[in-house]
Amino acid sequence: MSALATELAVELCDVSVVIDGRALLDRVSLEVPTGQMVGLLGPNGSGKSTLLRTTYGAMRHHSGHVRTAGLDLATTRPRDLARRCAVLAQDHATDLQLSVLDVVQLGRIPHRRSRGARGTDTDLARDCLARVRGEELADRDFSTLSGGERQRVLLARALCQEPELLLLDEPTNHLDVSHQLELLELVRSLGISCLVALHDLTLAAAYCDQVALLQHGRLVAQGSPEAVLTSERVEEVYAVTCDVLTHPRTARPLITVSPRRRG
Amino acid sequence: MSTTSLRRTPLPRPPQPVLVAGLFLLLIASAVVCIGLGPIAVNPTTTARVLWAHLVPGEHEATWSLIDERIVWVFRTPRVLLAALVGATLALVGVVLQAVVRNPLADPYLLGASSGAALGAVIGLVLGATVPGLVVSGSAFAGAVLAGLLVYSLASRGGRIEPLRLVLAGVALSYLFSAATSWITVTADHGKLPGLLFFLLGSVASATWGTLLLPALGLGIGIGYAWWRVDHFNAIMTGDETATSLGVDVTRFRVETLLVTSLLVGSVVAVAGGIGFVGMVVPHVCRLMVGAEHRRLLPVSLLVGALLLVVVDTVARTAASPRELPIGVVTALVGTPFFLWLLRRRPVGVGS
Repeated sequence: MSALATELAVELCDVSVVIDGRALLDRVSLEVPTGQMVGLLGPNGSGKSTLLRTTYGAMRHHSGHVRTAGLDLATTRPRDLARRCAVLAQDHATDLQLSVLDVVQLGRIPHRRSRGARGTDTDLARDCLARVRGEELADRDFSTLSGGERQRVLLARALCQEPELLLLDEPTNHLDVSHQLELLELVRSLGISCLVALHDLTLAAAYCDQVALLQHGRLVAQGSPEAVLTSERVEEVYAVTCDVLTHPRTARPLITVSPRRRG
Repeated sequence: MSTTSLRRTPLPRPPQPVLVAGLFLLLIASAVVCIGLGPIAVNPTTTARVLWAHLVPGEHEATWSLIDERIVWVFRTPRVLLAALVGATLALVGVVLQAVVRNPLADPYLLGASSGAALGAVIGLVLGATVPGLVVSGSAFAGAVLAGLLVYSLASRGGRIEPLRLVLAGVALSYLFSAATSWITVTADHGKLPGLLFFLLGSVASATWGTLLLPALGLGIGIGYAWWRVDHFNAIMTGDETATSLGVDVTRFRVETLLVTSLLVGSVVAVAGGIGFVGMVVPHVCRLMVGAEHRRLLPVSLLVGALLLVVVDTVARTAASPRELPIGVVTALVGTPFFLWLLRRRPVGVGS
């Protein structure tokens, strides 16, 4: 892969994040080539969320360089970054007394110069809802949506930012299998560069161009799913017994795990 | 989330301009009626005529007595206006704080500004009672701002402010300030007690045209600020990380709102004492009416806050006539049942 020749949507170079003397990220270097979908994998506490937060400036790194959507984070105002990079964080409140259209229009905030120009914003918000097949949700109360609908609406909100890069922190959490597939299918179909933290290795292998595997705040490997997700590596990182099969339909890696045998 | 289907269906929402215009007219009408009510009643037509004569330049034929004119213009109009200003300000502070700390129970009291202002006022009363007006207002104002700064410095850690820590620091400091206020109240000489009670329970009885200046200025600044930052309020109520990703500098924004709300609460407490519940209850009621989007919520909350306090103050001064009930007592009597109803109605905390 000639990653050097292509432009990079995300470029982390020797990034460390230290809190209370503990390295949450330890000299991590990671790249997301423009237009690609990169999966961020690793056990709980391996640094996936920290890495994403560092990438959009919600967390400060102590050493190394971060370039996100072509902007050097050290010298970029949050608002300028927000015009190019949208995030689906995990902390979004669910019991908001907002309509779906209100929620989607939150994505226009970084673009607004004045308080006006709401008419075109509303049109754009409806377009974004249509792209996630959520037109009929527009006037619903956000708090009444199901988990799958909610994630689609939040994705529409991210699209409303007109981003060139999407960061998603475990977007498939709490979704049933069909909604997991639907959401990732949707994200892929957008054709926007994205870095997505996932738990399900098979799902990551099925949808991502590349995956990056983290353990204890260090990057273990980055590359194609076939190259990174070998049974030895998964066994080592997750402390499980792992067999990598070939998916009978898609020919993608199918990662199966079982408890590690003892003694 | 299987309970989501059991949630209430939203109330039908009238178009925003209609609602705002309706509330505005209702506020004007209530003000005119309330100005007329009191030990000496003036009928609304006369009241309106007197107000018209004062507000619109030109020759007016006086069809009313001089006493009516003095009652309306000198005594009751400033008082009703002050009630409206104070109600609107408290509602505004409530809307802002509830969004910024993402806690539905946040009100001006919760972050210590009210109790700080009361303590400042009480200290001012005890120390410098010679020129009550100026010293007391100034020290109440200083108390509110200092309390805000203190809560902020206690709640921030490593340059970040967490909403929960902010609320806890505010509650803890409020207790401390109240204790200090009580101590001073008990040990103060009896001649000063009525003045102290005024600040503890709240009242707009001291209103003159002159006392309107400070809260009017405060409210003007507050509205300007809130409208300027209206997008930020919408963003921050969804979560810190989401707000950050939308380009909001969350920590700086919290500091900013803490400063502005302290100033606003200071300007209100300085002239009207501590008036509880308005700041918490009004935003809730308004959210039920128009939802939480702040472009819609702010104007409606301002009007409902003003309307509520105009009516409540009229009840306070007429219900037990010739005695006056402290306005804080009446708002608490209205507020507590509402608060309890709210507790039973929805799960506590944000995020179901």
